[in-house]
Parts: sequence; C-alpha cells; structure tokens
Amino acid sequence: MNRAGPAWLFLAPALLVLGVFFLLPVLAGLALSLTDYDLYALADLHNLRFIGLANYWALLHRPLFWAALGHTLYFVVVGVPLSLLVSLGTALLLNSSAARMKPLFRTILFAPVVTTVVAVAVIWRYLFNTQYGVVDFVLVHMGLPPIDWLGDPHWSMPMIILFAVWKNFGYNMIILLAGLQAIPAELYEAARIDGASTWRQFRHITLPALSPILVMVGILTVSGYFQLFAEPYVITQGGPLQSTVSVLYLMYEDGFRWWNMGTASAVAFLLFLVMFAATAVIWRFGETRGHAA
Amino acid sequence: MMKRGFIKCCLNTAIGVFATLLLAACAEHSPGVTLEFWTIGPEGDAVAQLLPAFERAHPGIHVRVQRIPLTAAHEKLLTAYAGGSLPDLVQIGNTWIAEFAALHALEPLQARVERSAVVRKSDYFAGAWTPNRVDGVLYGIPWYVDTRLLFYRMDLLREAGFDAPPRTWAEWQAQMDAIRAKSHGQRWGALLPTNEYDQLLALALQQHVPLLRDGGRYGNFESAGFKRALAFYVGLFKRGDVPPYTNVQVTNPWQSFARGDFVFYLSGPWNIGEFRRRLPASRQPEWSTAQLPGPNGPGDSVTYGSSLVIPRSSQHQRAAWTLIEYLSRPEVQVRFYELLGDLPARRSAWEDPALKDDAKLKAFRDQLVHMRTAPQVPEWEQIVNMMQEVAARAIAGELTIDQATAQMDARADTILTKRRWVLERQESHEFRNGHGDNAHVPETTRHSVASPAPSGR
Repeated sequence: MNRAGPAWLFLAPALLVLGVFFLLPVLAGLALSLTDYDLYALADLHNLRFIGLANYWALLHRPLFWAALGHTLYFVVVGVPLSLLVSLGTALLLNSSAARMKPLFRTILFAPVVTTVVAVAVIWRYLFNTQYGVVDFVLVHMGLPPIDWLGDPHWSMPMIILFAVWKNFGYNMIILLAGLQAIPAELYEAARIDGASTWRQFRHITLPALSPILVMVGILTVSGYFQLFAEPYVITQGGPLQSTVSVLYLMYEDGFRWWNMGTASAVAFLLFLVMFAATAVIWRFGETRGHAA
Repeated sequence: MMKRGFIKCCLNTAIGVFATLLLAACAEHSPGVTLEFWTIGPEGDAVAQLLPAFERAHPGIHVRVQRIPLTAAHEKLLTAYAGGSLPDLVQIGNTWIAEFAALHALEPLQARVERSAVVRKSDYFAGAWTPNRVDGVLYGIPWYVDTRLLFYRMDLLREAGFDAPPRTWAEWQAQMDAIRAKSHGQRWGALLPTNEYDQLLALALQQHVPLLRDGGRYGNFESAGFKRALAFYVGLFKRGDVPPYTNVQVTNPWQSFARGDFVFYLSGPWNIGEFRRRLPASRQPEWSTAQLPGPNGPGDSVTYGSSLVIPRSSQHQRAAWTLIEYLSRPEVQVRFYELLGDLPARRSAWEDPALKDDAKLKAFRDQLVHMRTAPQVPEWEQIVNMMQEVAARAIAGELTIDQATAQMDARADTILTKRRWVLERQESHEFRNGHGDNAHVPETTRHSVASPAPSGR
C-alpha cells in the first residue's frame, strides 16, 4: 500500500481549507489584476477585457502610486524602529527590579492595543487640533511654534506615526518582556561579579539573548506597518494634499470606492512584492547576526 | 394530592411558557413584510419618527431603517450591489443615479408614477426631477431637494460696514476683504473646506460651460469658464479671505460660526436645522441665508438632493412603493422638514406656513429655481473628487491655474477611458439585442450605460 496515502487523507481537510480560502482567492486576485474589471464589467461581463500587464504598467507611471509607496516606506522606516525602541524601553523598565506595581503599569501600557482605533482616533484628532488641541497648547507653553498637525502635509505623517507607535507598542512590549524574563539571572550575576557596567550587561547579555525574538517581532511589525490603512482612513482620510495616502489606502480607494478592481488587485500584488522583499532582507539580516553571535 | 397538584402546576407553567415562545416565534413570521430601508446621513433619525404613523396605517409592513454615514455610503452601496444584498428601499444622492442606473441596479418607476394618486410630476421642482431620469427612464422619486448657498452672520457683516449680503463675486470678495481688515485678521471671510468639492462645483456650474465634453467622453476643465471659476476660488485663499482648512481641521464648524471665526459658510439646507439646534439662543437672530453670488449677479448653484429608489433585486417592491408614496405626501414632507430642515421637493409643501413664513428659507426658495445639474456619467463621483484634489494643490500653491486645469483634464480623460471604449463598441455594434433590460423602453436607442448624458449643461 502507498505509504503516502493515509498522510494525504489526514492532510486533506487542512489543504482543502487552505486551497479554498487562501490559494483560490490569491489566484483569483492575480487573474483580476490582468483584467480591467470595473463598474462596467460589474454591470455586464461583456465589458471585461484581458489587458495583460497594462494595470501594472499604468501603476508604475502613476505619480500617486509612487507617492503612496513613498509615504508607506516613510511610515515603515521611521515607525518600525521607533515602535521597537519604545517597546524595548518599556519592557526593560517593567522588567527592572526597581519597578513597583508592575501588573498595573503592564495593563496601562497595554491598554492602547486593545482599544478601538476609531474611538481613539477621534480623541487624537482633538488632541492634535491646531486651535484647541492639548499638544499645541503644550508646545506653545514650552516656547515652541504651534504645529498644524492635521493641515500641514509635512506634519501629518509624523502624527500618524506617533499615533501608530502609541497604539501598537504595547503588543511588542509584552512579547519582549516575556523574552527578558526568560534570560537566566545567573548570567547577570556573573557579569556583575566580573564588574560589567549596566550598559555592557545590556549589550552582551540582553541583546544577544533577545535577538531571535527581536527579529521575529521586527518582521511582524514591518509586515503590519506596511499595511497602514486604518489610521489615515480615520484621522486624515488620506489628506492633507494626499500626504497620508498609503499603498493600502490607494488600493481601498481604487477598489472599493471607484470599483476599479483590476487596478486594485495590481496594487495588492505590487505591495506583496515589496513586503516580500523587505521581510526577506530582515530575515537575512537576522540570520547573519545569529551566526555571528 | 399536594404533589400531583404541584406537578400539574409545573406542567401548566411549562405549557404556558412554551405557548408564549411559540406565539413569539409566529409573530416574527407574521404574514407582513419587513422592509429594509437604507438612509444616508442624518435623515435616518428623522425618518424613524415618521415611520410609526406609516406602520399604523399599514399594519402588514414593518420598516427597518439602517443609517449609513455619508463618507462610507458610496462604497457601501456598490459593495452591496456586487454582493446582491441591496435593501428594498434606498435613499440615494441624485448625482449617483446615473451610476447605479448604468449598473442596472435600479427599478424603473415610470409605470408606478402614472398609476399613483400621490406622486405627480407637475408638483415637483423641475431641477429636482431631472437628475432622476437617465436616458428617458425614471429611476427615482425626489425626496428632498438640496443646493448650496451662503449662510452668514448679519451682525458681523454690519460691523464690517455692509447691510446686505453680496450678489456678485466682486461684492463678495470686497466684503470678505473688509471683514479681514476690520477684525485685524481675527476673523476669516468664509469657511470653504478644501477637501469638499461642493463649493468649487457650484461656482463652476455658474459658468454655463459643460464640465465634460463630447457626450461625457473627455474632461473640459481647460475651458475659459472653468478657469475663471477656479481662479476666483483659489484667489479667495490666496488673498487670505478663506483659511486653507480641511473639514478634518474644523471639527465643529457650528461652534466656530457662533464664535465668529468666519462670517460666510457655503452649505446646504440641513444646516438650517443644525444651526437652530446647535447655535446658542443669543446668536439665533444674527444669522441668515442668501442666494449664492454669481459672476455678475445672484448666481446658480448645484442641484443636489436625495431620491428614493427601489433596487431591482428587492422582493418587496410594492411595499417599498407604498412607503415612497407615504414619504412623498406634502404633509409628510412638511413634517420631515420640521424634523430635520430638509427641503421638500414638492411645490405644494412649500405652501405650508411652516415653510412659507420662514425668513431663513426665502433664499432657498429663490435658489431652487436657479439650479444646475452636474454631468450625469457613472464616473462623475470619481472625477469630481479628483477635481477637488487638484484644486487643493492649487490652493497650496503647488500648481498654477493652467497647470491645475491641464492636470484635471488629463486625469479625467484617463478615468473616462473605459467609458469611451464602451461607447465606441456599442456604436459599432449598432445595438443588436443588448440586455433586454431596455426592452420596455423602446425610445431608448442605446444602452443606458453608454448614452451620452447632457453633460454639465
């Protein structure tokens, strides 16, 4: 009897589910991206044309696509390191022996993660309002010029980044905290006996021990941050002057607002390629670091 | 004995509970129909107060209202159409009717109107009725009319030295300059959010130059007329009369208006109700409305408003029509106006003292006979959003007027690419048998998707 037979039988349910709910939609999306599926095709399938790579070609010649890609990269390049730094910092503080009331602070710092984006975004819109927002009030009292966070295209993305970091750092903080607690205390004890400073302890014990977790958290955060959508959708609606239009926001507008499904699918596949490349680079980086350590 | 009595008692209770449950279950499946009614924006709350009377008069019909926020309405309706889950009755902006007619999503209503004792075309404002007809087929019944005109603070205008609202663009600009100067820059002349297209569109339609040309095949933004409107609009920001704010930045325009941050506000009739509700009592005598200033005198404005349409997919079209007739009755329209401030689409409703004697409505009555319709092509929503995006860049100083209009035309032409192809194909096919959808409309020689709409007019 074929030895693989039973194995396939056991795998069949999982493969079926994966095939129907993952592989099929992806293939359908790919096929869609090669057509000009739009409102007219929705009304009558005779209006559907196979256009090959024309959607991709048009996208590469569309300034707004490049702008959206630029905004997304800006968000990822600034947002991810900032988010990781804040997560690591708060995790270290919570793990420190000097910290009191740890469960309380852990809960408070984690709270933004479990709040609704929409509800919090409304509050942030008030906080960052130029006329009566608390943020500008503080800035002015510190002698700094007020910033038009919602109206100045140069400051809208930094505000979105601040919001996203504040909203998400708690999640990584919890994972990193678990990693920190798993590092054996003897290592630190030995280092202290050898007279290593706190910084050198961090540099030579904490970081190497944490690096697998950091790489994993980094990859998750990068792929999450590439999919920036809810924050600009709720806070700025892509504005001002489309300065917070992300790739996913562009896809949403093309696909669901104007129903140009062909173009939207092409955007989705281009974003997939970019994310794939970025993740691969981080993965490589993590591996070589791992070997070097 | 005691025991048996107890058991019997328990049994009785159980049967009683069971019967109640059964009854409740039956009630849910009573022979009546449940109408799904989708409303957009604040209309949902108001209509909910009109429905109890309707349901009393029609015990077989139960209406379930679902409110959709305006910002998400367009995609929600399209998605519902694609998913086959449109409700039985929809409130739809009359600028979207061409688009949904092109999708064959809407039920033609002409036959029902002809049989109706309530809905009579002659009683409706012509400007409100026109956008509901696409290629001679009637798809919607006007529910309320809507246009854009000026709301302003009389006290602040007097303070700046003017007794009457502006009638021309030049007067309007001069008044705003004076307001800026008199208040030492403390007040703005007007608030025109840079991410709303209504204001520029209204000014552009005053030019009587079509915004699309060749039957809606190409953009016509480089026309001298549109350039004039855009130059005036952008100029207001450049002169410092109007702040370059988006509506995201002004979270509460009513508060700002009450505080006197700006004197003019270009908005629609729903704000009559909002102003009455939200402005403090001390400010109530101090605001008024005026017809939109035009290039050379009181100008036209854009036709908006919502219609009631019945999706083709509805299983309860007769009941939906009953509700349309109820909501179209003049006295119900007046009541609707009282609840929300939405303006009745029927002339006879305007004879009611509630509307006739209201000083703040006078400007609207004048404006309603000076309305122009935006181009009726399915892509219009996308084009007009694009127009405003480019205009906002011109306001920010990134583009000159010529560059902006050239970009608008280029992008409009791209958006209309598929439409040109569809039109061309249909003309060359000479319309063999089409969809069959148009079979009962013999006078239509083309597909409803394709027929050139009276663009811009």
